[in-house]
Amino acid sequence: MPSSNRPLSPHLQHYRLPLLAWLSMTHRITGVALSAGTLLVMYWLLALAAGPDAYERAQSIMTSSFGQLVLVGFTWALYYHLCNGIRHLIWDIGYNLDIEGAESSGKLVIVTSILLTTFSWIFGHALSGSPV
Amino acid sequence: MSMRSPLARVRGLGSAKSGTQHFWWQRLTGIALIPLTIWMVVALICVAGADFEEARSFVASPLVTVLLLCLIVALFYHAQLGMQVVIEDYLHAEGMKLAALLAVKFLAVILGLLSALAVLRIALGS
Repeated sequence: MPSSNRPLSPHLQHYRLPLLAWLSMTHRITGVALSAGTLLVMYWLLALAAGPDAYERAQSIMTSSFGQLVLVGFTWALYYHLCNGIRHLIWDIGYNLDIEGAESSGKLVIVTSILLTTFSWIFGHALSGSPV
Repeated sequence: MSMRSPLARVRGLGSAKSGTQHFWWQRLTGIALIPLTIWMVVALICVAGADFEEARSFVASPLVTVLLLCLIVALFYHAQLGMQVVIEDYLHAEGMKLAALLAVKFLAVILGLLSALAVLRIALGS
């Protein structure tokens, strides 16, 4: 093959990444974000162990509008990583490996993660009775 | 022609690392985390508006305590495996890479133990 015809690796500034590439990147990014977000859940747990005052402070941070925004993001990242992780496990046992299958399952992951996030927050607020 | 036996050639020439262990444990902890995280999210939604005493007695019930400990072990193991891959893929300076890997591994152990201790303190009421 003449060298000019060799396939090039995608040039990220010119090549429009396919959906599957975005989904794969998002899996990694949500994985890293969840690792960081775990510190938040840890903080809540440590505060609960420390006593009523610490717990009160943690609750007020979590229920502040910034805290709620972070938690919504955390919830979505968790659901995305969970759903896409299941998608990876299905690939691992050898199913759905063609491009069409990967694309339709990828779209399903996006829709499901958004729906689960929405339902979780609707239920959470309905149960806790907070107005936000 | 080589005078070495096939086994001698393979030794020290293969991956020389741990084969499929990383892959396997990532999957195993991932599978464990599917029911554990779903349970955790449902539980957190239920205790979202709980006061101190309610939240504490929830964590202190035996099944919740044990499931939380399982979740902590699986979660921190899974997280450090994932972070390891990310670091290995994007950090190319050998010194930085090693330092980041050590930091992630040590942090996972310390934070995991801290979380487990918090759960146990609540469970044992101290």
